[in-house]
Amino acid sequence: MNWNSASEFFSMGGYGVYVWGSYAVTAVLLVIEPLLAAQRRRRAVERAREAAAAESQPGAPQ
Amino acid sequence: MSFLGAIYLRDLRLAMRRRVEALLPVAFFVVSASLFPLGVGPEPETLRQIAPGVVWVCALLAAMLSVNQLYASDHADGSLEQLLLSGESTVLVAAAKAAAHWTVSGLPLVVAAPLFGLLFGMHGDALRTLFYSLLLGTPILSLLGGVGAALTLGLRSGGMLIVLLVLPLSIPALIFGAGAAGAVDSGLSPAGNYSLLGALLIACLLLAPLATAAALRISME
Amino acid sequence: MADSIPWFVFAAPSRFYRLAAALEPWLWAIAAALAAAGLYIGFFVAPTDATQGDAYRIIFIHVPAAWMSMLVYLAMASWAAVGWLLNARMASILARALAPTGAIFTFIALWTGALWGRPTWGAWWVWDARLTSELILLFLYLGFIALVASIDDVRRGDKAGALLAIIGAVNIPIIYFSVRWWNTLHQGATINLTTAPKMASTMLTAMLLMTLSFWAYAFAISFSRARAEVIERESRTDWVRQLLAGGDRREP
Repeated sequence: MNWNSASEFFSMGGYGVYVWGSYAVTAVLLVIEPLLAAQRRRRAVERAREAAAAESQPGAPQ
Repeated sequence: MSFLGAIYLRDLRLAMRRRVEALLPVAFFVVSASLFPLGVGPEPETLRQIAPGVVWVCALLAAMLSVNQLYASDHADGSLEQLLLSGESTVLVAAAKAAAHWTVSGLPLVVAAPLFGLLFGMHGDALRTLFYSLLLGTPILSLLGGVGAALTLGLRSGGMLIVLLVLPLSIPALIFGAGAAGAVDSGLSPAGNYSLLGALLIACLLLAPLATAAALRISME
Repeated sequence: MADSIPWFVFAAPSRFYRLAAALEPWLWAIAAALAAAGLYIGFFVAPTDATQGDAYRIIFIHVPAAWMSMLVYLAMASWAAVGWLLNARMASILARALAPTGAIFTFIALWTGALWGRPTWGAWWVWDARLTSELILLFLYLGFIALVASIDDVRRGDKAGALLAIIGAVNIPIIYFSVRWWNTLHQGATINLTTAPKMASTMLTAMLLMTLSFWAYAFAISFSRARAEVIERESRTDWVRQLLAGGDRREP
């Protein structure tokens, strides 16, 4: 164990801003990215379903 | 008259009919280079030090902004399609057009730049080096620009997109080109810079027309 | 003859989609597990550095992100090339799926590099060879993304992107060399940033675990994005219709 207390852990020997600034931004990006990708897939599925439904309407162009 | 020569002369003649448009790159270069002292301050020592870099960057931007025209008007009136369908080598078309672009836009820059160097307080040897570095470097810019123009043929955002695509690729030329005059300024020999710039030029002469031809085929399918 | 070669199997978007859907959850799990292990060792086992204190712990993100930024570019260019030269749509889709991830890794490398540089070498940004080359790599990614986004015709976009990515890949060593050359010339003005802390084996282990974690992440996210693009492109095909109909309200 390197740290004697939680506050030591967060201060990172005085460099807390830099270390946690790095990890925080990375974490945010690597969480948002998958969420955006999943959202894109959901929208693609929705649009594909709408298109399929529209085409199966009677009288709609096939 | 070889095919390459024919295309080259055709493009020159077309450019000469629009002399004002042909000189726009030089005008852009002059105006943008003049902005630097206004932005940075007239301190002679500073200007002398930044001169090679400023001249080179402005030349780069001027070349990039004018390269769109290489293919745009031919694409618009259908003559590009005719050229590609003619059965002649697309690579030669690319080479000829890059040569024409350099003659019309690059060469005037090579001449104008040392004059600007004077305004920035550059001295004899450095000025000469600047001239030679641009002589070697501007063809590289025309060749790379040709690839960018062919890739973005007909796209709405063509001009700005070419800049974004081609500028990173021109960074080695910028480094060695501006570095040559800078080296002379510090009393070092520009030989290394010249060799590297020359190597880049040869590589571009061999590869860029091939890439441009491939890009034209992709864009015109 | 070509049909009997197994690796062409997943060139069909439908088969890739099913494979990707099956593998994704595992890839996310692996990425998370490796990250947990790497970060644990990095923060709780690896010792404090003598010269840089605890600031060096940024390395567990900075170096893996930098390595991945380059690896992903090569993967992207390779898939794009396959998509162009072998006319394989699925390969082009993979290339497009990788691009944003590569750009994000590059940005992370730059961001963490700046935050690491500030306390240890006194400046938010220095124009040293590696950081500058990394910045140019970001421009190459942005160029690819911008180009394929501006071309409406999907296949033209795929091929144009492939050519651009290949040109970029060929240029990367040239760019790196020229930037290093430029940097050493101006040595006086720059600080030597190449000294990383001497690697205790625990530090190295943590770094490698994080790299593998990022690698698994890259697979997972690119599969996710690729699946979305497959649905977008193939929405009118029978297999997609069946997929969507079979799930009804369920997420395919």
